Amino acid sequence: MKDSSPKDNSYYSSLARNLSLTVILVSLTPMILISGLILYQYRISHYEKVEAHLVELVQKHRLDIDVFLKEKLGDIQVLAETFTYAELSDTGFLQDRLQALQKFYNNAFVDLGVVNKDGLQVAYAGPFRLGQALYSEAPWFRPAKTKPYVISDVFLGLRGLPHFVIAVRQTWKEDVWILRATIDFVAFNNLVQNMRIGQTGFAFILNKNGEFQTTPHGSVVSCTHPYPEYLLAATPTRDKVHVFRATNSENRENIYAAAMLKNGEWLLVCQQPVSEAFADFLKAVKLTIVLVLLGGLCIVTMAVYVSRRMVNRVAQADLEKQVMNQQIVETGKLASVGELAAGIAHEINNPVAIMVEEAGWMGDLFEEEEFKQSSNLDEFKRALEQIKTQGKRCKAITHKLLSFARKTDTRIEEVQVGEVIEELVILSAQRAKYSNVAIKTDIEEGLPSLHISQSELQQVILNLINNALDAMEKKGGNLSLSARKEEDHIVIEVADDGPGIPQANLARIFDPFFTTKLVGKGTGLGLSICYGIVKKMGGEITARSSVGKGTTFRISIPCKQ
Amino acid sequence: MSIANVLLVDDEVAFVETMTKRLNKRGLDITAAYGGPEALETLDKDPSIEVVILDVKMPIMDGIETLSEIKKKHPLTEVIMLTGHATVDSAIEGMKRGAFDYLMKPCELDQLIEKVKEAAARKHAQEEKIIQARLKNITGRRT
Repeated sequence: MKDSSPKDNSYYSSLARNLSLTVILVSLTPMILISGLILYQYRISHYEKVEAHLVELVQKHRLDIDVFLKEKLGDIQVLAETFTYAELSDTGFLQDRLQALQKFYNNAFVDLGVVNKDGLQVAYAGPFRLGQALYSEAPWFRPAKTKPYVISDVFLGLRGLPHFVIAVRQTWKEDVWILRATIDFVAFNNLVQNMRIGQTGFAFILNKNGEFQTTPHGSVVSCTHPYPEYLLAATPTRDKVHVFRATNSENRENIYAAAMLKNGEWLLVCQQPVSEAFADFLKAVKLTIVLVLLGGLCIVTMAVYVSRRMVNRVAQADLEKQVMNQQIVETGKLASVGELAAGIAHEINNPVAIMVEEAGWMGDLFEEEEFKQSSNLDEFKRALEQIKTQGKRCKAITHKLLSFARKTDTRIEEVQVGEVIEELVILSAQRAKYSNVAIKTDIEEGLPSLHISQSELQQVILNLINNALDAMEKKGGNLSLSARKEEDHIVIEVADDGPGIPQANLARIFDPFFTTKLVGKGTGLGLSICYGIVKKMGGEITARSSVGKGTTFRISIPCKQ
Repeated sequence: MSIANVLLVDDEVAFVETMTKRLNKRGLDITAAYGGPEALETLDKDPSIEVVILDVKMPIMDGIETLSEIKKKHPLTEVIMLTGHATVDSAIEGMKRGAFDYLMKPCELDQLIEKVKEAAARKHAQEEKIIQARLKNITGRRT
């Protein structure tokens, strides 16, 4: 036989654990995967967006700066072409030209100068005293002599202030002369410094040697020759803008976008901290983490809760199965005991009959003359009579036992409720005596017969009697059975004055497997079967009880129409 | 002259012996048999037996079978069934097959004797009717 012992707690706790883990794993894995995938996609698209923004910015400003430089260069070229060396060598005339330029360009031009082939400034118009200044050693002068024009890097020069020079070469009487203009550094610097990217991003210009051509607004990458290296490493976009990332002197990671300007001599660089550029993305990451954690917490809580509930149900079902198995064993045992009892009851009738007949024969013999004088004749007769009486009693007991042991007969027949009750009371009398219970019956005269199965009615009433006797087993008490007619119903009441049923249990007494008896004593099926039988008869069974006062079961069965 | 000539059939020897003594004492002429085949044999040998008291539950050949045989061979012989409770159904079955009545063990002796008397009387009445019918037949032919 299969082991029906109750499974220990470790089995159920491991079942609950496995169930929870499975649910958690199955729910969390897709959630984390999907969140990760979405974040990854979002990161890519966000990065592209930031990059595109920076590229656009750099392109626009590269254009602006190039236009600014070309415009200034164009002006100087026009000036050099329009006027002769002699005209421009006149300081007053030059001063007029500078004023005109300053008027139209908001002081973008600081000064103008005419330099001869030896680097001597022959005429000068501007705020500094630079007349007759010698530029033969100036870094811009050598290329200016050979190229049609030069736009220098920013340098301090003779005046000791950062500035840069636009120099245009002209020829007069086969000698080279140069018209030189200084561009206001502040005006130029503003062009770049006004480029603000987000909250803290900024732009700056470097020359080929990596020297700053504008004042950077914040700290930049600290490396001897960083930008050309980074530029080589980063693949340029279609518009020749290089985008790369690097860590600056403050140990902050920045994203850079760089583009060449001034015919590849200068480099315009935009710099934005990664933390700022990706602030939205980082916010999304944080939100996702919070959501995943919250979702995970919910899943874990639900998984544990649901698993526990499921396992409790399983445990309950196991318990019920176990009780049911016990019932089956008990029922089988009862059935065989019943058969055995029926066999014994029948077999006992024969020896009892012989005993009674032998007693009768002795009685016959006492009638003869020789025994009539015996002084104990009366006592003998009384004893024989007693044997006969007890023989009849045996017959009555076996009769009841046999009628009950017969298989439950569900045939519908005319049943006299009174007779059934009286019969069952006789059958239970012995048990009641041992339990010190007095049984009283109150059957109304002239009750109509019921059209039901006698065996089933017997089963119901006997069950109620047995329950009452069980309840009063310890202290004894009174059991009363009554039957009366109420309108078109016959009402049977089985009332005891036992300990009663607590209110909490009263609602459940007709539930299958509900029992308060000790394990192995009650099946928890009796009343549910009674309920089923009475319902089948078209009747009602109800119970009322108060603790300490007793319990009354009321069965009401409709009379035959 | 005995009240009735009775064949008592039961496999319980002690029961048969005691009953025989008691019934004899009350003026019945009792022959004992301890099983169905023996009862049939006795009936074949002794045609004077009027009533058979037959236990239902017996080995080899039970009361119902024995009853059927008796009724087949000796239709006028009356049979009273004796039974324990569990065989009430078979006693009723016996009634259907022509038993005179049935009694439950242990039974009241007076009640049993009463039944035997009734059974014997019915047998005599039946025989009387048959004789009358035969006489009528004979006289009818003569006239």
